[in-house]
Amino acid sequence: MSALQPPAAAGPVPFLSRLHEWVATVDHKKLGTMYIVCGIIYLIVAGLEATMMRWQLAWSGMEVLTPAEFNRLFTMHGTTMVFFVGMPILLGSANYLVPLMIGARDLAFPRLNAFSFWLFFFGSLLLYFSYFGGQGLYGMGSAPDVGWFAYAPLTERTFSRGHSTDYWILGIFVAGIGSTATAVNFIATILGMRCRGMSLMKMPLLAWIMLVDCVLILVALPPLAAAQILLLFDRQLGAHFFDTQAGGSALLWQNLFWFFGHPEVYILILPGFAFVTEIIPVFSRKVIFGYPLMVAATVAIGFISVGVWVHHMFVVGLSPMLNAIFMGSTMLVGVPTGIKMFNWVATMIGGRIRFDTPMLYATGFLCQFLLGGLTGIFLATVPFDWQVSDSYFVVGHFHYVLFGGLVFAIFAAVYYWFPKVSGRMMNETLGKWQFWLLVIGFNITFGAMHVSGFLGMPRRVYTYHADRGWDFWNLLTSLGVIVQILGFSLFALNLVHSLFRGRKAGDDPWDAWTLEWSTTSPPPPHNFDEDPIVHSRRPLWDLKHPDDPDWKYE
Amino acid sequence: MFDPVGVPAETILDITWLLIGICGAIGVVMFCLIGFAIVRCRRPEGDDREPPQVYGSNPIELAWTVVPLMIVFVLFMVSARGIFELERTSPSEGATELTVTGHRWWWEFDYGDLGIVTAGELHVPIDEGGVADLYLTLKSADVAHSFWVPQLGPKMDVIPDRVNHLWLQANRPGTFVGQCAEYCGNQHANMLITVVVEPREDFEAWVRNQQQDAAADTTVAAGKRLFLRTACINCHTVRGTVANGTFAPDLTHLMSRSTIGSGAIANTPENLREWVWDPQNIKPGCDMPSMKLSRSEVDLVCAYLETLR
Repeated sequence: MSALQPPAAAGPVPFLSRLHEWVATVDHKKLGTMYIVCGIIYLIVAGLEATMMRWQLAWSGMEVLTPAEFNRLFTMHGTTMVFFVGMPILLGSANYLVPLMIGARDLAFPRLNAFSFWLFFFGSLLLYFSYFGGQGLYGMGSAPDVGWFAYAPLTERTFSRGHSTDYWILGIFVAGIGSTATAVNFIATILGMRCRGMSLMKMPLLAWIMLVDCVLILVALPPLAAAQILLLFDRQLGAHFFDTQAGGSALLWQNLFWFFGHPEVYILILPGFAFVTEIIPVFSRKVIFGYPLMVAATVAIGFISVGVWVHHMFVVGLSPMLNAIFMGSTMLVGVPTGIKMFNWVATMIGGRIRFDTPMLYATGFLCQFLLGGLTGIFLATVPFDWQVSDSYFVVGHFHYVLFGGLVFAIFAAVYYWFPKVSGRMMNETLGKWQFWLLVIGFNITFGAMHVSGFLGMPRRVYTYHADRGWDFWNLLTSLGVIVQILGFSLFALNLVHSLFRGRKAGDDPWDAWTLEWSTTSPPPPHNFDEDPIVHSRRPLWDLKHPDDPDWKYE
Repeated sequence: MFDPVGVPAETILDITWLLIGICGAIGVVMFCLIGFAIVRCRRPEGDDREPPQVYGSNPIELAWTVVPLMIVFVLFMVSARGIFELERTSPSEGATELTVTGHRWWWEFDYGDLGIVTAGELHVPIDEGGVADLYLTLKSADVAHSFWVPQLGPKMDVIPDRVNHLWLQANRPGTFVGQCAEYCGNQHANMLITVVVEPREDFEAWVRNQQQDAAADTTVAAGKRLFLRTACINCHTVRGTVANGTFAPDLTHLMSRSTIGSGAIANTPENLREWVWDPQNIKPGCDMPSMKLSRSEVDLVCAYLETLR
């Protein structure tokens, strides 16, 4: 195979060639990396947007931002975090990891995969172009200011002049096509391209969870696309689907949006589950507790999560019976999620835990996601929700799930798989400092939000009066942000430092058990020199412990 | 919400305590398990042996499937009862009924038979030792809003082309503040609600005053002329004059209200002048423009407005 290797005497590859290699690539590892890099860049952007908001809200009556600027910021913050941080990081990590973990050469449709990435990329640019092109003819607004769930009829031409809402529609619509195509791609890959010996029940749980995740994407994103096209018809062609002044329905949008929106939050959190499900066993040195039940719980979450969307609409005045039914389904989704919690903890108990950075973040995930899950049960309870819905309690709750949960799981994954991707270890000391700064900053910021919600502070207000008694808790929330910024800066420092100066990792630095650790770090373009053959869920355990292989017990 | 003053808010607070109890217990159990794992299951330094591999346990896993199911069932039954108790489709006897219309960015309160239309501040009578029930019919003039006064009970969305009802209650006199809880655009933050619960005789005095047409004070005739000549009257109503706009709050008894701009600022003479000079300085983005009056004209108009008690 020496003919395929570059000639030894070749000089450094020119920049344009390297750029072309990335732009034109169909390799799942390169595309995965690009997704994640974009996701991290947008994480910084959306984080800065949040920082500006917290500056404005740090004390009553601040005038850092105008109301219009503030409203744009929270719209862009939410939209960016969901569609251009969460989605690319989950699709990117699935891109990188799934083929390696199931012993495949690439995804089933590599060119479709590249196409999806570029749809995502340009979709995100369309959204951000609204800051420059959103003014339209009327000089009204720039970026969209309708909130990330864009309730009708606020998005109609009557109330949202200019083109900002159109950019919001198109940016997400385009990116959504990419996500849907990727979902198809993964389903085909996972069902059809597993290596020899890997039956469905021998797949790593990450692949299982991504499979369920992609089915959810397939179910949830098309209704959003449909709703957005209807809205575009309203805005551009004079239709009246959501135009209440002409008999359209405001509730129709809410139903369509949340039919997407609720599965969407599970689409976002499931990859977080996937990461910690891979990481906890490795660092506890113990096989995952109750694999079949974990699979069942994942599938159950997938099913139940498409039947809970009305819990976002408990305060729109639906009938008591309807509210009660959706309260039941929402509480029910806590059961499989609880099963997962128990199984993770049961994996740790009786293990010999190494608290390296990935495991620290995974443990942080467990604790903080637990709190977010418990406040989720609070919010599922309709009478309680009537009181705090659309308040800062809700903001606190979903940040515990998506930041304390998902982002911590993402950091666990970054620290865990960075050696595989780059061939170098990340710095443990910086990683631990970052962890503690983030834990402290995060809990100050979002813990305090629960209290402001209890005190009656609605979300999405750009200011408040001193006599409402919210100053102290808002100041606390804003101060936490400073601590978080320090943590994120350490991460950036660590990332750049480790990329160039990190200790060499070797193929299998964590003594792990899944297939990606059997190839080199970084893996060659073709992933595996020989097609792997597996006999159990932990192929590398079998290799390392020939006397006590897994397949004897499964 | 931890200072409820009526049955709806108290019912919710009771359910909240139940939730705090149950979820708190679950949380304590989980944190103990996680804490145990962190403290007791660490790898001893320099000991690389692998622990025994435990693949799962059907009885244990069954337990942590069934027990949560039972907890969910109990919670569901308790909360469902709360839903059916609080969601009312008809007013209770003696309740004050009014129609609330959400506008960008102020609240209109229509007392129906009493013939009172006011903005931002609503009054409810309460008898000695009794309770004040409030039965609201909620409508929107433009986009979705949400009516929320935490101490009096739950919130309810106000949605265009849809009529919602909300039952609130107070068991003592007082002033209770709430605000719009559904994002409705630029000035969502300054869309406050003031509920004044007052003894019945005070309420009746308030009603009698509100029912009268605007006061006609000849000492401020110049200001009145200027007011009626300016575009103010396209949007505002002052009963008893030609001003009959319905787009903005009724000003007939402006000075009986404690705030300007639906809670944006307190209703003081200086604030009123600043507001008329340029509302955009106080509530940027609201629909009321500066009328480009000179400072002396503003004084004239405000002198007239101050007679609208």
